[in-house]
Amino acid sequence: MDWFPLYNSLRVAAIATVITFFAGLFAAQKVSRLPAWLKGMLDCALTLPLVAPPTVAGFFLLKLMGPRGPVGRWALELWDLRITMTWYASILAVVVVTFPLMYRTVRGSLEAVDPNLRFAGQTLGRSDLWIFWRVTVPGCRQGLLAGTVLAFARGLGEYGATSMVSGYTPGRTATISTTVYQLWREGNDALAYRWAALNLAISFCFLMVINLMERRDGGRQEKEGPAWR
Amino acid sequence: MALIVDIQKRLGSFQLQAAFEARDGVTGLLGASGSGKSLTLKCIAGIETPDEGHIEVDGRVLFDRKKRINLPPQLRRTGYLFQHFALFPTMTAEKNIAAGFRDRRAAGEGTARLIAALRLEDCAGKLPRQLSGGQQQRVALARILASEPAVLLLDEPFSALDADLKWEVELELREHLERFSGPGIFVSHNREEVCRLCDQVCVLTGGISQPVQSVRDLFERPATLSAARLSGCENFSTLHRREDGTWETADWGLILAPGVTVEPDCTYVGIRAGQLRWAEGPGQNRMLCRLERVVEGQRTVTLLLSTPSKAALRMGWERNRLPVEGFPEQMWVEFPVERLLFLKRQ
Repeated sequence: MDWFPLYNSLRVAAIATVITFFAGLFAAQKVSRLPAWLKGMLDCALTLPLVAPPTVAGFFLLKLMGPRGPVGRWALELWDLRITMTWYASILAVVVVTFPLMYRTVRGSLEAVDPNLRFAGQTLGRSDLWIFWRVTVPGCRQGLLAGTVLAFARGLGEYGATSMVSGYTPGRTATISTTVYQLWREGNDALAYRWAALNLAISFCFLMVINLMERRDGGRQEKEGPAWR
Repeated sequence: MALIVDIQKRLGSFQLQAAFEARDGVTGLLGASGSGKSLTLKCIAGIETPDEGHIEVDGRVLFDRKKRINLPPQLRRTGYLFQHFALFPTMTAEKNIAAGFRDRRAAGEGTARLIAALRLEDCAGKLPRQLSGGQQQRVALARILASEPAVLLLDEPFSALDADLKWEVELELREHLERFSGPGIFVSHNREEVCRLCDQVCVLTGGISQPVQSVRDLFERPATLSAARLSGCENFSTLHRREDGTWETADWGLILAPGVTVEPDCTYVGIRAGQLRWAEGPGQNRMLCRLERVVEGQRTVTLLLSTPSKAALRMGWERNRLPVEGFPEQMWVEFPVERLLFLKRQ
């Protein structure tokens, strides 16, 4: 059995999760400070990739990054680089699809942080940047962790957008999900079953981790939460 | 050394108009909830921006609308003690205190000094949620003192504490306030706290501040209706002058005996429940009232009376001086003239 799809899926999901983590945190922080009407509109726009079909995301990415798209042509002329149909194009696809998960989870916990903590930091002379990284971010680490795990799990199984921007090249762009599809088309059910089982096993583990985290979080709020508030 | 505040701010339909000068020592900002006390503190600290006005501490301008000065909270040097202390929940007490130092190099040594000064040795390594309310307040105070504030802003610091802890924490806070050399603002809706902790007091009613007065004056000679109410006075009536020159308390239906001096512009009169007297029979400034109910408190008994004009009166009675035979249904009640508070509307 060729293990490349597993390795490729893991690296794509891992790198995409890192990008999604910071992008989601940044967007959530900016949006949570906006006036209500703007917040509602941006919220919808940023959550759209969650409900739109991944193929639509893939379609737009292709139009943007393809050799004839504005960004793709630019990369081709400047560095002689073809972005689409490579393994790193999958990263972009996964970032677009997982971003809303991270953004929504983090925004919820950012808004739950007591604003007086920020004010206290300010009156003590601490910079807004210090307050953000030392007080706000640690204060919503549960949400950050949950968002990260959720984004990684979703990214690992991404198919629609990935298959459009990266295609399926064995040993180069194949991921677990595109491999399963390819094996089914070739009628290789035995191998398709093994990859499907592996995929399910990994997803199951992640959901278990999320469940455990939520239970721990719930217990904390019940037992210790109100004491400092 | 003084804090001078003269600001206006509109928030929805609420209009804040606060003007007062707080010298060294503690100035109480006394008002019912929703009267704009916390908003005033937030404007001083720079968390909220006033629409108009001027704020300065020891001649240093923090805010001036006309000169377009608006220092960020980081540069204002205001020590803000929040209602629930706002300790950073993921940092130990020690880290919380260290976060207060503006000069990072002084933090290590300074934190150790403050931990010793506020007897926080046992708390240093603990997270805020593992500390009692009193300990949390000490950590919050240490953190504020670390930032070397020019003025202290205390926002109802006892509201988060259990009743049995309150007394001890209050005594301790008093000690620290006495050691602090600069103006302090103590926000509260509790007149007892203000009475015990403050040197002078500014009453805030519906967003509008009244002139600063000494705490003694507020309790003995409140000037306005709202100040008298906040000082704990229970009975009020409108007051007007009759054609023959005497004064009538319209709600109570009592005409005061001639010879009272009423300051100009006073349109209300008040008397504390404990100052009403039970008289044997008719006489000057007396009325026959009906006893409606007796409410038994821990140390005092309150008699709910109604005047012949059907106005409600509250009369206080000490528990250990209760009459053996109980109270009669009809009682002659005397309003001692020297105890009447003549009040302005605003």
